[in-house]
Amino acid sequence: MTRKKRRLYAVIAGLATLGIAAALVLNAFEDNLVFFFSPTELAARELAPGQVIRVGGLVEEDSVERLDDGLTVTFKVTDTAKTLPIRFTGVLPDLFREGQGIVAEGTLGPDGVFVARDVLAKHDETYMPPEVADALKEAGHWEGDEP
Amino acid sequence: MASSLHRFANPNRFMRLSGAVLPWAAVITAILFPIGLYLALFASPPDYQQGETVRIMYVHVPAAWMALFVYTTMAVASAVALIWRHPVADIAARAASPLGAGFTFIALATGALWGQPMWGTWWVWDARLTSVLILFFLYLGHMALFDAFDDPTKGARAAAILALVGAVNVPIIHYSVEWWNTLHQPASILRDGGPSIAASMLWPLFIMAFAFKAYFVTFLLVRMRSDITAAKLRALRRTQVEGAGMSAATPAAAEADRA
Repeated sequence: MTRKKRRLYAVIAGLATLGIAAALVLNAFEDNLVFFFSPTELAARELAPGQVIRVGGLVEEDSVERLDDGLTVTFKVTDTAKTLPIRFTGVLPDLFREGQGIVAEGTLGPDGVFVARDVLAKHDETYMPPEVADALKEAGHWEGDEP
Repeated sequence: MASSLHRFANPNRFMRLSGAVLPWAAVITAILFPIGLYLALFASPPDYQQGETVRIMYVHVPAAWMALFVYTTMAVASAVALIWRHPVADIAARAASPLGAGFTFIALATGALWGQPMWGTWWVWDARLTSVLILFFLYLGHMALFDAFDDPTKGARAAAILALVGAVNVPIIHYSVEWWNTLHQPASILRDGGPSIAASMLWPLFIMAFAFKAYFVTFLLVRMRSDITAAKLRALRRTQVEGAGMSAATPAAAEADRA
């Protein structure tokens, strides 16, 4: 075996070992790598009281209600399997609307209502001009988040 | 493969070849950037959800692609340098890392500027954003490590190993949005079922992507050529100093020097 061959095999073996190690580590830390849990995942987890977590999903249609103080909003977040009621006091991001994906950070109260201290909007990977979106809606091909 | 690579290992041959490619790359960069920026910032339509803010995409996405592309280039060059000991490969890796760091910084900065109005935050520690930040640090580490040794070949070898180890991060960045829940949305172009971007927005994006790529080729070649020229200059100076030392001893050598 020439030196070059030996170095080639050493580099390949090193990268393979490194790749396997990285895969094992990332697998083991899966829970710490996800940015948020879905309502279904949340229901399956044991939470310490007052534990701060993030939950994400779509804002359910017709679920957004503004309370009398004008700042507090309640809405439901769904992953289509399970639904979670959320209460939030503060300024919502521009993209927040019914049908939109959001991530809320906060604590799950004893009454089953998630009290959010921060709400972030997710946006999907679809980009199109407004005219195209309108045309799609008219033609009935709309698969997006707005009705 | 080794024998075909050997043709490019010769710095003189590289100087000839790159000298022919460089003006073309520079001209393509100079043509594509104004066209791409005009289409992206003025001629393309606003997004149905994000409005005018979507224009950040035309800089953010090509920069992020280049951040990964340059790192891959650097890792391949490092592997060639480690295995076949080609001097030009080391020069390529060294020339690439500041450019890659620049692209990564642009992607991170425009991402923060885009995240604030759309997501409601400048920064979150989700898998995509964090892995790209690690990529940025890998570039900085590569640049630092290259010059951290008195012996330049040692520095080059250490930097090459770092570049290869860091290559694990490249697939992690790409797949982070699929493997884990992230705030960052999944890929729009490289996805099952084709791009999810309207054609009127896809064209400006591709032109910008080619402009970024041409920019990278231009400045990679400029940096590599100046590196090789500097090395030649150093070698020339060394022989001159040695020549001067000898000429004092032997008048014949001094005569040869003057001639």
